[in-house]
Amino acid sequence: MPLDPKKHEMPVQDPQVRAHNFSEVALGYTHEVAIAEAKRCLNCKNRPCVQGCPVNIAIPDFISCLKQDDIEGAYHVINKSSSLHAVCGRVCPQETQCESKCTLGIKFEPVGIGRLERFVADWHNANSNEAPKKVASNGHRVAIVGSGPSGLTCAGDLAKAGFEVTVYEALHTEGGVLVYGIPEFRLPKAIVAKEVDTLKQLGVEFVTNAVIGKTLTVDELFEQGNEAVFIGSGAGLPNFMNIPGEAFKGVYSANEFLTRSNLMKAFRDKCDTPIMKGGKVVVVGGGHVAMDAARTALRLGAEKVYIVYRRSMQELPARREEVEHAEEEGIQFELLRNPVEIIGYNNPDNPRDERNGFVTGCKVIKMELGEPDAKGRRRPIPVEGSEYVIDCDAVVIAIGTSPNPLIKSTTKGLEVNAHGGIIVNEDGLTSRANVYAGGDAVTGAATVISAMGAGKLAAKSIIEYFNK
Amino acid sequence: MYKILSRKELNPTVTQMEIEAPLVAAKAKAGQFIILRVDEDGERIPLTIAGSNKETGAVKIIFQVVGATTEKLNHKKEGESIQDFAGPLGKPTEIEGKKSVCIVGGGVGCAIALPVAQAFAAQGTEVTSIIGFRNKDLLILEDEFRAASKELIVMTDDGSYARHGNVTVPLKELLEAGRHFDEIITIGPVIMMKFVTLTAKPFNVPVTVSMNPIMIDGTGMCGGCRLTLVEDGKRVTKFACVDGPDFNGYEVDFDEAMSRARMYFPFERKAHEETCNLFKNA
Repeated sequence: MPLDPKKHEMPVQDPQVRAHNFSEVALGYTHEVAIAEAKRCLNCKNRPCVQGCPVNIAIPDFISCLKQDDIEGAYHVINKSSSLHAVCGRVCPQETQCESKCTLGIKFEPVGIGRLERFVADWHNANSNEAPKKVASNGHRVAIVGSGPSGLTCAGDLAKAGFEVTVYEALHTEGGVLVYGIPEFRLPKAIVAKEVDTLKQLGVEFVTNAVIGKTLTVDELFEQGNEAVFIGSGAGLPNFMNIPGEAFKGVYSANEFLTRSNLMKAFRDKCDTPIMKGGKVVVVGGGHVAMDAARTALRLGAEKVYIVYRRSMQELPARREEVEHAEEEGIQFELLRNPVEIIGYNNPDNPRDERNGFVTGCKVIKMELGEPDAKGRRRPIPVEGSEYVIDCDAVVIAIGTSPNPLIKSTTKGLEVNAHGGIIVNEDGLTSRANVYAGGDAVTGAATVISAMGAGKLAAKSIIEYFNK
Repeated sequence: MYKILSRKELNPTVTQMEIEAPLVAAKAKAGQFIILRVDEDGERIPLTIAGSNKETGAVKIIFQVVGATTEKLNHKKEGESIQDFAGPLGKPTEIEGKKSVCIVGGGVGCAIALPVAQAFAAQGTEVTSIIGFRNKDLLILEDEFRAASKELIVMTDDGSYARHGNVTVPLKELLEAGRHFDEIITIGPVIMMKFVTLTAKPFNVPVTVSMNPIMIDGTGMCGGCRLTLVEDGKRVTKFACVDGPDFNGYEVDFDEAMSRARMYFPFERKAHEETCNLFKNA
């Protein structure tokens, strides 16, 4: 059979339909399509895809199982390296990781590794009753701060190695950014709950409403008998632009906007948490968080959603797939634009006018791309006198975060860098003995899979330390 | 789940509860707050801690019924439980090194001002308290304030109890009479805290205000609680959950804070009415 030069298409919900619901956009491969896609894999000798995976999943091995229709076998291969299969299959940027290294990709489209991983994980979740086996305790206790991707990964690997693991979560639900940040239409929360449940079956304990640095300190976690602590507390305070008008009502950080909709379920009718729905919405930023915020605003009923980004489409850091999905859904990209002021309503005759202080527009300036900066990205330069106002009712600012101060300020001897990120060595170890860290708390805002990689590294270091 | 150990109505709209939360009780200090959720579909709301007991693991909260969530909370009985209770959050009020302070509380804010007054009194600081209420029916914690204060002045807006007028009147009199305070700590409606700050300004007394903006996570993640401080003429964004809730009154942009607090007023009004109807029909 001749090799299909293209990846099998991922079936998706119709853009006109999905723009108005929170159900998952991508629908997943069918059994037949998955097997056919698996057969595109050349099973090449040097296996470059494995190097492209931050958690080094034995990709050709799981695909080989799939070729023989051994889906559960494929699952077990993935399970050796990753605890969050169904999550990774959905939110990993495979096109810059495993798939970017695929030998087939030199001439044709690479194998749809992410789509295959998702298929395997979903098939397992739907068809397997096999309960994860609890490993006999090795007597060592480890505390994990934060139940996001790095914490869950670290917990999973440690539990499988026999450690007694307790995960402390500041919010009321486990999952961290997978729950408060990534919307339902990209990652159904039932999938996250299922992954957390699997860890519970492995013996991992979860304590919610526990804000480490406040409710308990890192030192107290040691006093309670933990022999190591992993800090995966995630990204912190949202950055604002420091332009006039950011305090007007209707200006949200992306964290707040997404938390209201995702964690607090403001997208459902029966929840108590309010969110601004409808109207025109400007989202500032070009990353995946900006895409999530824009597409959430649309689904909440916005009549028009703009993405304002200061560089061009070429530099826009979000995944291509998400950008394409957003465009199909009708989100308008205002590229080479930068906000200079947010305009608010003001009735000079009536200070009690209920509309006072609500957003009415976002003034932007046109930008040009200048010379490349140190990172090689062309620097955006404002075009003098080119300002204009985009009428809108809400502005969502998605330009990144700065690390949370709570743990740093309550943990003596924990060194941080100039940006406030926790400093770790090549083993994930911080400046404090037996305190490890990883994920956004170390790197600043990054991806789910890089956080998982960091959780995995820390788990490996902890296991090696105690096996010495 | 967190058990309601006791429940007591302090006045027709203000209720006091003790919640079983040993981890919070072990750490709680005056000026800090908690975040709670009443039930599975509930919103997260911040409430300042009104007292705590390390031995019993009880954390005292005092709240006014203003919206859907506080209405639902108010309908919970002793022995029942609430879904979530996280804390203690925020920085405690700084009490060290002060010989003489004036505590100015307004309305339900007095519930939070009381543990601050008590913390000062316990370390030997001379406490003068001024507490104000709209009317006699809304008066709370008078005896407790009297016990913690060297001098207590009670005010009502309508004169239905004690002195007639708002809290700035006696504060101004004391300051004009040359009374020295190392600090004024004011907790209550934002508009009151603004005017307490303006009253104190000509006398150069430091003023600390306790801000209670809209919050979601309360741990330094969402940025909803941001407010603007004017530090040396420069406008700086701060987050009440991790940088506060106490701030230097002379730096806070009160008007902006008041406007932001009204963001969901129409939504809250409607939600409160719907919740009330649910309980009426139940």
